[in-house]
Amino acid sequence: MADSEAILAPQEPGLRHHFDDSAQQLESSTLGMWVFLVTEVMFFGGMFGAYTVYRNMYPEAFASTSHFMNVTIGAINTGVLIFSSFTMVLAVRSAQLGQKKALIAFLVLTLILGCVFLSLKYVEYHEKWVDHHIPGPGFQYADSRYAHQAQILFYLYFAMTGMHAIHMIVGAGLLITLIVMAARNRFTSKWYTPVEMIGLYWHFVDIVWIFLFPLLYLIGHTK
Amino acid sequence: MGVFSIFPSRASVGAGEVDALYTFLLVVGGAMTMLIFASVFFFAVRYRRKSPNDPAPKAIHGSLPLEVAWTVGPFLVMLVMFGWGTKLYFQNYTPPVHDTLDIYITGKQWMWKVQYPTGQREINELHVPMGRAVKLILASEDVVHSFYVPALRLKHDVVPGSYQTFWFEPTEPGRYHIFCAEYCGTGHSDMGGWMTVMTPSDYENWLAGGSGGGSMVEQGAKLFQQYGCVTCHVTDHEGRCPSLLNVFGRPVVLDDGRTVMADEAYVRESILNPNAKVVKGYKHDIMPVFEGQIGEEGLLQLIVYVKSLSPPAASPPKPAASAAQRSPK
Amino acid sequence: MSTTLPLAPTETPTNYLNADYGWKSWLFATDHKRIALLYLFSITAFFFVGGAFAVAMRINLLTPDGIFTHDTYNKLFTMHGIIMVFFFLVPSIPATLGNFLVPMMIGARDLAFPRINLLSWYIYIVGGILTLTAVFQGGVDTGWTFYAPFSSSYSNTHVILAAMGVFVSGFSSILTGLNFIVTIHTMRAPGMTWNRLPLFIWGHYATSLIQVLGTPVIAITMVLLGLERVLHAGIFDPTVGGDPILFQHLFWFYSHPAVYIMILPGMAVISEIVTCFSRKAIFGYNFVAYSSIAIAVFSFIVWGHHLFVSGQSMYASMVFSFFSFLVAIPSAVKVFNWTATMYKGSVSYDTPMLYAFGFMGLFTMGGLTGLFLATMAIDVHVTDTYFVIAHFHYVMVGGMVMAYMGGIHFWFPKISGRLYPEGWAKFAALLVFAGFNLTFFPQFILGYQGMPRRYAHYPPEFQVLNVMSTAGASILAVGYLIPMIYLAWAWRYGPKSPQNPWKAKGLEWEQSPTPPPTFNFEHQPVVTEPAYNYSGEEQEVKLG
Repeated sequence: MADSEAILAPQEPGLRHHFDDSAQQLESSTLGMWVFLVTEVMFFGGMFGAYTVYRNMYPEAFASTSHFMNVTIGAINTGVLIFSSFTMVLAVRSAQLGQKKALIAFLVLTLILGCVFLSLKYVEYHEKWVDHHIPGPGFQYADSRYAHQAQILFYLYFAMTGMHAIHMIVGAGLLITLIVMAARNRFTSKWYTPVEMIGLYWHFVDIVWIFLFPLLYLIGHTK
Repeated sequence: MGVFSIFPSRASVGAGEVDALYTFLLVVGGAMTMLIFASVFFFAVRYRRKSPNDPAPKAIHGSLPLEVAWTVGPFLVMLVMFGWGTKLYFQNYTPPVHDTLDIYITGKQWMWKVQYPTGQREINELHVPMGRAVKLILASEDVVHSFYVPALRLKHDVVPGSYQTFWFEPTEPGRYHIFCAEYCGTGHSDMGGWMTVMTPSDYENWLAGGSGGGSMVEQGAKLFQQYGCVTCHVTDHEGRCPSLLNVFGRPVVLDDGRTVMADEAYVRESILNPNAKVVKGYKHDIMPVFEGQIGEEGLLQLIVYVKSLSPPAASPPKPAASAAQRSPK
Repeated sequence: MSTTLPLAPTETPTNYLNADYGWKSWLFATDHKRIALLYLFSITAFFFVGGAFAVAMRINLLTPDGIFTHDTYNKLFTMHGIIMVFFFLVPSIPATLGNFLVPMMIGARDLAFPRINLLSWYIYIVGGILTLTAVFQGGVDTGWTFYAPFSSSYSNTHVILAAMGVFVSGFSSILTGLNFIVTIHTMRAPGMTWNRLPLFIWGHYATSLIQVLGTPVIAITMVLLGLERVLHAGIFDPTVGGDPILFQHLFWFYSHPAVYIMILPGMAVISEIVTCFSRKAIFGYNFVAYSSIAIAVFSFIVWGHHLFVSGQSMYASMVFSFFSFLVAIPSAVKVFNWTATMYKGSVSYDTPMLYAFGFMGLFTMGGLTGLFLATMAIDVHVTDTYFVIAHFHYVMVGGMVMAYMGGIHFWFPKISGRLYPEGWAKFAALLVFAGFNLTFFPQFILGYQGMPRRYAHYPPEFQVLNVMSTAGASILAVGYLIPMIYLAWAWRYGPKSPQNPWKAKGLEWEQSPTPPPTFNFEHQPVVTEPAYNYSGEEQEVKLG
């Protein structure tokens, strides 16, 4: 826009015109991402709340369902995600140091780990399908005492892990965007904000899984 | 009649108590409204700008004493409202433990089905005697409804999957509206009826009209036979299941160590989902699961039957209690 | 007459309106002011759709038996509620006046995330399309509250489509709130400390906190509801062990804070109007500012007052009742402070101030009737009756919509560069006040007499008050139509406005041309005085 351009700050790399300087822009981006993550906490929180209510109402039924959860896959997935958060941190570090090749390598590695997670998730969901544990008309549960309550648990299982998986898929898309941007030399050691922000998002998605895993997979396994 | 009143008719002393509280809030609210309206009007006129070039008035940034006063003052008045309202709510929602006339109401889209202990059944009509504490046990067959009698100033949601109760003591003969007050679909505004409050003698006459199907106890006894409950719960001596004599209204110890009260909800759950709570010393998976096999009305009849296996039987109705005795202990 | 124009109006050759032309420059705009106008037009359209449903409802209620089928009536009140709550009231002031003014009032060139701002408008439109599709496909009949199990297992209408419309629109609200929070934290001009912020900013900051924390919960609730409807299995269906009351808790956990989203921006506008048209600094600035935050915090701990008759534990109900009383106190504090601002002020009766007077009176009534609902024993009688309907219309229409109208008139010169016709505006304001009271006051009486809400037909003894209410609604409708006409006319043909026709304080009036240029200011604003320094007494503070 031609009018009032006198008010615009001199251009720095990556600086958008409405910010005074890069520091202000970075502060805004960071605060914005944290506020967004708080909204995600509230979003998942509703489901965690429902889970808490029903687990209190039906403790044995819920405990019985964890025997049908594939703890092996769950544990591997947990490890995969934690490791992917590590590679993400290394990606941010590479960006900080202006190391384009390392940045791309770590982003790709994080993406691959994310895809491993999603593939294992698919295997699990398929298992559930075969076992007739998908809620709905086809649902069947071995222990007839707990059939209804187990269906509630599986409903929450699919809602929570499904929502988590959707967030992983979005995260994978964001990683691809970052890889393309990095390949096109968009990042320098002076400006790599998207890498940092998406890193925060990735860590959040990891943390949600850290809560989901014990609650859904491990409760009955103390016996 | 024909006199306009903001208050609907009062069918109970409790209704009058709610009206008194309402009047208090009206007076306080009205006074506050008048105060604000008058202040705004007065300041707007007294301090009106006479010309566009009037100088800007001196700033008054605030006054801590005033802020404290108009924060604490309303807070104290609200404490009175809160206290009074809470006390009345607890009183209205806590039925007396003994000596209530229990009537069972099932809401379904879009009618109220009323069952009396003596066996009468009505649709959208409720007959009650004055001077007795009446307790309604409310169930829903489908969605959430709400049983509302404006003349009592009471309503309670009727939630599928659980029993709700409320109680009242009618004091004025008459016919009063019953409404459904929770939106429930197409016929929500049709789901109304009438509560008729009768003098005790009129009520006895009405009851004597009788019911062909027998009292709820008798109907429940028939179901108890029909579904085979009698083979375990009364005649069995091999320890497969607990006897139901003297169970209702008393605490029960469960196999996981918890103690629960054997009330209407407990009996209902034990029929529909027996393994949810198993009495200490008994095994799981012995009693069949009756989920989906017995409707809400049948369940209520069975519950009344099980109640009848626990003395003391209901004592004869006392004369109308004084207000002091009315609060439940 | 109202204000006179002091000097010849300053002409701004290019401003945000004429800086660029063509539909692309509007639909792909990132200028917060243009996005505010995009919202203004779409929100106004939804207001009239929701209002049309209301007119149909009130016509039905002229007679005890009504003219529509029950199913049609049930869809009318459902769609009225969904559209008015999610597509009109929640975005109204924040997305129009907030978007336009937040950057200007703090001395910034735009919001922190202009492209996310535009995205939030598109998300709003998508949500609106989904909901309107539900309407045109035959409607939804669950009530805007979507209670289970009726909505999850029994209703035969387009529940999922409507729920998805609500779900999507929630993200628009979240993004707007996020944008405001970050902007207010990081983009204030030099010298604009927190305690020099206009109260409009404090109010929008508090609103944004609620939007960001509460809206995700309704989002997930709509997802769970939709999932349950599709799978025929879930957590709200009692026949499989679910709990319908859990739905109510999840729903109201957002929807109660939501009603404060639907009043705090109105209060924010009133603070600005009262101080300007009394030409006097606000009385009790700190108290008004912090009361907004207090309302936002308390709003999250009162939701159970919607469940007093649901079978909720009596002790939980007691706690919710207590906090419901507490949340009224900061609101009352604001009303007292506004009134005190007028004391020894220089009060003028321009249209924005007339709307502010209306707000102060009607919001007081609406807020006080909230106390009746917080009082448990009274709530048992009046919940789910017309008393509740009257209460929330007093606060939302007598309060928020009046504030919205007042704000639109107050900032109309800044936004359009023109002046609206004051005579017509005053007339419409009075019509709205009269029509509103005639519509909704009888409903308090109806409610206490026992008329339940969501009733397509009613017992004949309630007819007289219903007829009064419908008569009032027809006056109210005219009162809303008239401004649409003269504001549209004035946009093109109204006299050009001077930079600061109201001689108001505030960066948007004093340091920005009217209408503003794209980047709001010609020179970086620097703030050296507290807010509302009408008397000029405050010493200018040198920046350290």
